[in-house]
Amino acid sequence: MGHASEFSLSTRLLLRGYRWRRVDPVPWTPLDKPLSACRLALVSSAGFVLPWQEPFDDGQRGGDVSFREIPADAAVSDLHETHRSDAFDHTGLGRDPNLAFPLERARELVAMGRIAGLTAHHLSFMGSITAPGRLVRDTAPQAAQRLVADGADIALLVPV
Amino acid sequence: MAAELERRGIATVCIQLLRRVAERVRPPRALWVPYRHGYPLDLPDRPARQLAVMQAALALLEDPHAEPPLLVDYVPEHR
Repeated sequence: MGHASEFSLSTRLLLRGYRWRRVDPVPWTPLDKPLSACRLALVSSAGFVLPWQEPFDDGQRGGDVSFREIPADAAVSDLHETHRSDAFDHTGLGRDPNLAFPLERARELVAMGRIAGLTAHHLSFMGSITAPGRLVRDTAPQAAQRLVADGADIALLVPV
Repeated sequence: MAAELERRGIATVCIQLLRRVAERVRPPRALWVPYRHGYPLDLPDRPARQLAVMQAALALLEDPHAEPPLLVDYVPEHR
């Protein structure tokens, strides 16, 4: 079960003292059509990159707020996890990237008719961003614009 | 990120591993899953289980009566 007790003492203390940004008011886009007519985008914070992409930079103070675009037709076996955190077990992600970047599952949802399709690009971030100011101010608007341009109706955000 | 997407007309649902964080941050729609960090969609190489989590998450988008912030606990069928 996802619980803070999984973490080391230092991580638990960080989590306890961290000033989480509260979203207020909470923005809300109601779905105005059936899911079967919606185009889905995936947004993962597991730090996946493709072989020709720059790995995330674990040296950046406050965390690397950049993102990578993962083409919808990417081979899941090409996804390489570069998340810097040593606070969790990376074994499962190495074995099956779908665990946090469920591209093959998303394709299955399309094949089932549950959703209409996928955006041309999905987004990969690396979590463990302790100073999210630049993410909120710069990166999130850029990333959102990318998905708007791709015609996304809905997005599934997967942490790690 | 979810808030930014919602502001631009993209409906979102977030998988959440720490319920307490979801309660504090208040993403628009969140599905809390009872899995450890590194395993947000349950187990590797178990497509049916991964798909079940995704289906539960997508179902949150379909609730016409839902109000923000929406936080729902995922109950796996195999337990």
